[in-house]
Amino acid sequence: MSSIAFVAITILTLAAALAAATLQKLMHAALSFAVMFVGISAFFFLLGAEFVGLVQIFVYIGAVAVLIVFTILLTRDDVGKVQSFNWSGVIVAIAVFAGLVWAIANTKSLPLTPPLIEPVRVQRIGELLMTNYVWPLQCVGVLLTAALIGALILVMEEKT
Amino acid sequence: MTLSILLVVSAALFCIGLLAALSRRHAIFILIGIEMMLAAANLNFIAFWRFAPQPAQPTGMMVAIFAIAIAAAEAAVGLAMVIAVYRHFRTTNVDRLDRLKG
Repeated sequence: MSSIAFVAITILTLAAALAAATLQKLMHAALSFAVMFVGISAFFFLLGAEFVGLVQIFVYIGAVAVLIVFTILLTRDDVGKVQSFNWSGVIVAIAVFAGLVWAIANTKSLPLTPPLIEPVRVQRIGELLMTNYVWPLQCVGVLLTAALIGALILVMEEKT
Repeated sequence: MTLSILLVVSAALFCIGLLAALSRRHAIFILIGIEMMLAAANLNFIAFWRFAPQPAQPTGMMVAIFAIAIAAAEAAVGLAMVIAVYRHFRTTNVDRLDRLKG
C-alpha cells in the first residue's frame, strides 16, 4: 500500500516539476509548480510529518503560487514570445544529478526500513517552538516583517 | 520506500530546480527553480528525520518549518524585485538586464 502510494506520488511530483521547469507558457508552469507542491506535501504526509505537509500546502499553494500568478499577470508583455532556452543548464543539471546519485549509491550506512515512530503531535511542536526554538522563531518573525516591508518598498510607485 | 530512494527522488527534484534556474531566461522561472531546490532540501530533512533511530527529537521537522518560512520571505522579496525590474526595463528576461545604472 505504502509503496504504491510512494511510486504514484514520485511520478506525480517529478512530472509536475519537469513541467514547471520546461513548459513554455508561464501560467501553465505556475500551475504545475502548485501541483508539484501538492506532491511534496503528500511525501510529508507519507513520512509522518503531517504538520509540515499542512504548512507546506498553506504557505506554498495558498500564498507563493498565488503570488507567482499575480506577478505573471502584472508583468505580461513578453508572454507571447518564445522563451529562449539555455541548453548548457541541462548538462550541468545532469552532471549534478549523476554526482549526487553516485554519492548516495556509495554510502553504505543508509537505513533500509523506517523505524516505528509515534506520531509527533502539534502540541509537541508548539512546546518546542516556545522552548528550544524560541530564538529562531523570533528571528524568523523579524525576518518576515523586514521582508514584507522591503517588498512593499520595492514595488512602491516612484514619486515623480 | 527506503532512504536511498527518497534521497534519489529529492536529488532529482533538486536537479530539475537547478535546470529551471540555469536554463530559463525568465526571472519568474528562476524563482520557481529556487523554490524547487528549497523544497528538495526540505524533503531531505524530513526523510532523514523519519529514518533516524528512535526516539528522536523532531529536529528535522523544525528545520523544515523554518525553511518554509524563510522560503516564503524569499519568494515575496524576489517577486517584488521582478515587478520593480519590469516597471523599469519593461522586460523580465534576465539576459536583457545588463546595465547597473538603468
